[in-house]
Amino acid sequence: MNSEASTQQLSYIANQASDARVNIELETEGMTLNLGPQHPATHGTLRIIVRLDGEQVVSAEPVMGYMHRGYEKLTEVRTYPQVTTLVNRIDWLGSFANEVPFILAAERLMEVEAPARAQWIRTALFELSRIANVVLFLGDMAVQLGATTPVFYAFRDREFVLNQIESVTGGRFHPNFDRIGGIKDDLPKGWIQETKDVLVRIHSFCEEMEDLVVGNEIFQTRTRGIGIIPADTGLAYGLSGANIRSSGVDWDLRRDGGVGLIHDQLDWKVWTHPDGDSFARYWVRLQEVRESCKMVGQILDGIPSGPIMAKVPRIIKVPPGEAYVETENPLGVMGYYIVSKGDLVPYRVKIRSASFNNVSITPWVLKGVYVPDVISILASLYFILGDIDR
Amino acid sequence: MGLVENGKLPGPLTKLLNISRKYSLWVYQWGLACCAIEMGAAFASPRYDVMRLGVIPFPASPRQADLVVISGTVTDKMAPAVRRLYEQMPEPKYVISMGSCANCGGPYWDSYSVTKGVDQIIPVDVYVPGCPPRPEALLEGIVLLQERIASEDMTDRWNRDPIVVT
Repeated sequence: MNSEASTQQLSYIANQASDARVNIELETEGMTLNLGPQHPATHGTLRIIVRLDGEQVVSAEPVMGYMHRGYEKLTEVRTYPQVTTLVNRIDWLGSFANEVPFILAAERLMEVEAPARAQWIRTALFELSRIANVVLFLGDMAVQLGATTPVFYAFRDREFVLNQIESVTGGRFHPNFDRIGGIKDDLPKGWIQETKDVLVRIHSFCEEMEDLVVGNEIFQTRTRGIGIIPADTGLAYGLSGANIRSSGVDWDLRRDGGVGLIHDQLDWKVWTHPDGDSFARYWVRLQEVRESCKMVGQILDGIPSGPIMAKVPRIIKVPPGEAYVETENPLGVMGYYIVSKGDLVPYRVKIRSASFNNVSITPWVLKGVYVPDVISILASLYFILGDIDR
Repeated sequence: MGLVENGKLPGPLTKLLNISRKYSLWVYQWGLACCAIEMGAAFASPRYDVMRLGVIPFPASPRQADLVVISGTVTDKMAPAVRRLYEQMPEPKYVISMGSCANCGGPYWDSYSVTKGVDQIIPVDVYVPGCPPRPEALLEGIVLLQERIASEDMTDRWNRDPIVVT
């Protein structure tokens, strides 16, 4: 890994030197290319100012804030149950996963614990929203490299996952289902069997992607050895989730953090990849979808009976104090730091979202690559704009 | 299309042109926030399949588009870009405002950085409510817009009230 990274750096320096020679001979001028604010490869409204020398990127600067909606200020005037409505919309592809760390932090401050059944259902929905999120990435990354078919497959199979989330929570997209001390409702009748059928579908979708995309020679040529992030650099920039696991760091908060959710009672595996390139990031996410399917299957088999709400007062006042809880969300580590003064509303909420850190490595990783690889790297880093700007 | 806009064409010819415009709406995908994914589901997923309505979601630039779907939160930083995009589109052009955020600010009604309603900066033809609206709601908005285009007289185009999907 380190040798590959140093190879990339060395080739970059060599390219720069040769380009400098050509520039002196031909007197070429640099060019500034604006990617965005509306560009399909940016998943929304990110703008990246790329300075080019010929076909090569000299420097890249992400400009954020086009989707800044002021969450941290808005949470100061919303009561605790209202906050979940807002934070749903941070990472809009895996909405339920956004609520979980906030609710866990509030529960820690109130010193209540959700009953076992609520925790199991929470974990099932957490993993289902991860599937809904990453399945779209698997199709979308291919479409950005020029293959149109996988995204249709992704939307087709994602609908079934959304159906399952909707039949429990009533919300196709933004469930707003998690409550302090439990969850809102119990599972509907027949849901467990239907979900098992959907999991079979997602498994076959993963097989399809393995054949269509991962095994594709063009895809491999465009992603292998492109955008290598060494483990130490990734950690220094604060990367998390599949982005850092594909650099060979074996770190997953579902296994290592272990608060509130029941991942430690399930049998699953954390996948890593030693290469750290765009291909590795795709491959690791593909394996994670499979692991999530496995986890949901185990949860459906072992879900305990019992109540779904702990005893919580009707009007929720959180006692004074501070709490920070982070979980392994679909995009990486997401955490909420809540400061409470014993009021109906939080005094201050700091949101640590994964994509902000994931995208801040772009100036480093885009340096010296060619223009088509910019798209491949941006797509494989997989950020969501609501998650960057909040 | 200039003659149509002046209202100088005979009625049957206008009707013919209106039918052809109705079934070849090129829609520019202006994905901003959460609604963009539901718009993607309406446009790219086999379950909803917008192309059977004669709507083509593949223009490479706003200059080739007849319809734009403003899907998601418009922030004050984004608003100039939205305005500029709208001005680049050729006449006759239509705007669908999708979702609560684009309609009126939605859950961010008291935020300091969100434009409360895209109709403050560009004229809107169809409002689709919801947070986010289901893909069916967006399709309903498109169908209603097509009905209006079919019976459209260009001379009083700007005097009409916008459609609200209910």
